[in-house]
Amino acid sequence: MEIPAARDPVSAVREAFDDAVLHVKQFRGETTLVVEPARLPDVLDFLRVSSGLVYNMLSDVSAVDYYPDDYGDEFDGDDGEYRPGRFAVSYHILSMLYNRRLRVKAFAAEEDPRLPTATVVWPAANWLEREIADMMGISFDGHPDQRRLLMPDDWHGHPHRRDYPLGKETVAFSFNEAEIRKHKPFAQN
Amino acid sequence: MAVAAQAQSIEEQRKWEGSLDQLRGLVSERAMTGETMLLNMGPHHPSTHGVLRLLLELDGEEIVTCLPDIGFLHTGIEKSLEDKSYEKALPLTDRMDYLSPMSNNMAYSCAVEKLLDLDVPERGQIIRVICLELARCASHLVWLGTHAIDMGAMSVLLYAFRERERVLGMFEMLSGQRMMSSYIRPGGVWRDVPVEFLPTIKQFLHDFPAKVDDYEALLTQNPIWKDRAQGVGVVEPDVALAHGMTGPALRGSGVNWDLRKAQPYSGYETYDFNVPLGEHGDVYDRYLIRIQEFRESMKILNQAVARLETVKGPYRSENRKYVPPLRSELGQSMEAVIHHFKLWTYGYDAPDDEIYSAIESPRGEIGCYIHGTGANKPRRVHFKTPSFIHISALPVMSSGYLLADMVAIIGSVDIVLGDCDR
Repeated sequence: MEIPAARDPVSAVREAFDDAVLHVKQFRGETTLVVEPARLPDVLDFLRVSSGLVYNMLSDVSAVDYYPDDYGDEFDGDDGEYRPGRFAVSYHILSMLYNRRLRVKAFAAEEDPRLPTATVVWPAANWLEREIADMMGISFDGHPDQRRLLMPDDWHGHPHRRDYPLGKETVAFSFNEAEIRKHKPFAQN
Repeated sequence: MAVAAQAQSIEEQRKWEGSLDQLRGLVSERAMTGETMLLNMGPHHPSTHGVLRLLLELDGEEIVTCLPDIGFLHTGIEKSLEDKSYEKALPLTDRMDYLSPMSNNMAYSCAVEKLLDLDVPERGQIIRVICLELARCASHLVWLGTHAIDMGAMSVLLYAFRERERVLGMFEMLSGQRMMSSYIRPGGVWRDVPVEFLPTIKQFLHDFPAKVDDYEALLTQNPIWKDRAQGVGVVEPDVALAHGMTGPALRGSGVNWDLRKAQPYSGYETYDFNVPLGEHGDVYDRYLIRIQEFRESMKILNQAVARLETVKGPYRSENRKYVPPLRSELGQSMEAVIHHFKLWTYGYDAPDDEIYSAIESPRGEIGCYIHGTGANKPRRVHFKTPSFIHISALPVMSSGYLLADMVAIIGSVDIVLGDCDR
């Protein structure tokens, strides 16, 4: 069977979705494609099935929080970094056929961050997105399982956010719970 | 408590009707009406390899679906890494997959090297390959022993741990630690191999193939083992890919994908070895693959040990902006003292940018995503770990099989809960 020639993912996505690509970045040989959040599942599905691309595996989904001030319209990084929102979710996808990786990234706003889910494209996204929803507090619309994954069900707050304090917390028991709650205004939402 | 009151309390517990609403859509509708049974397995079940809780939906003895519940071993390693400079964060990565800490060190070091654009000298790469393959053997030995004991073959565990002890002894020689070695570091390895290491590993390489034959004599053609393993937990290749499975669990389904071959790191492209593949995607094929991986690791180790004797030179990068100087340089060079002080107090700055780098661990692909801040601490470190992915795929692997097969399936994907929860 003849393998179709590999296509450049950036130009292919630009061709298929005229306005979905917001930014493209190269760093250490890795391509990052920033896309419009609403089109994310469509772009991922296009990258998965199109001939010449065939990104057939979802390696990782990871989220990053640009708090406190490395994002927004006024932010201007060293080399014109593009960071319109506080949160970003990166889908690291892998094409086994052409042996290359691609990072598809979407930004989410500070207030009520939410993105469409990619579980319809890859079932593997299920837990990876659940972990992000749990630890970073980004909701995924249409996700089949909205429970917390790593933290207990009754946990308040999202530990991987940059404004969530790191350690130095008293262990909560029933006798001191009220007192601890008082010291944790961040965990009251 | 009076007997009558106790009986009443038990009766009340039986009558308890909790809300199943939060499971709606996750288990079948039959579970809502009580037609199928919801049963907890774990978190302290001997075969769940740590603390994994499975909520099983059973139709008689047949598994309809299962809902894995993780997080019991969550230690916030990714969060803790954000508060440490890059070099000092390394020992935390040991604690994730505690059966092959060397692989975690390697995944993290490779990611930091990629972020900094740091080189690794050839001798360092060879020592890394030796460590990684020894770690693969040690990890597979624990898997073999525990998998066998889960399925009722008691004696294999004792033999497997006997050999693992020798591997851990070699790790102690290298790093001073049997398990949490922190030996592989950004830029190379912590120190050169001690003189007694080479004879020890040669003796091990001489003895070990016969031991693998012994394990195979106990299990491979054993009719009970074959009955329990063949045709159980079958995963089709496309299902395995859709669920993101990697490592022996993916190769068991016949997908030829090994990062050591496909995207070589640390000089793996210069070694001669094969990637064992399965055919049926069942528990037995995954067992055969790991057994063959022992032999392939032996091949790589033999080549690497031969090279270690000829290749001399530095074992760690000499880029003094990122790698602390040797102790011996401190008495002679003012620059070395400055670098030593700077690197052990402040660390080094990494670019405000993101990278993803992956290696092939004994369990599959360990990916490390690092986003720097431009200063000495990362903004975010995320580990994609194979156990996490494989536990999330347990429902598709186990549905339709018997409750007793669940133990075999969990064992066959070789999960480590520390790796899963991080």
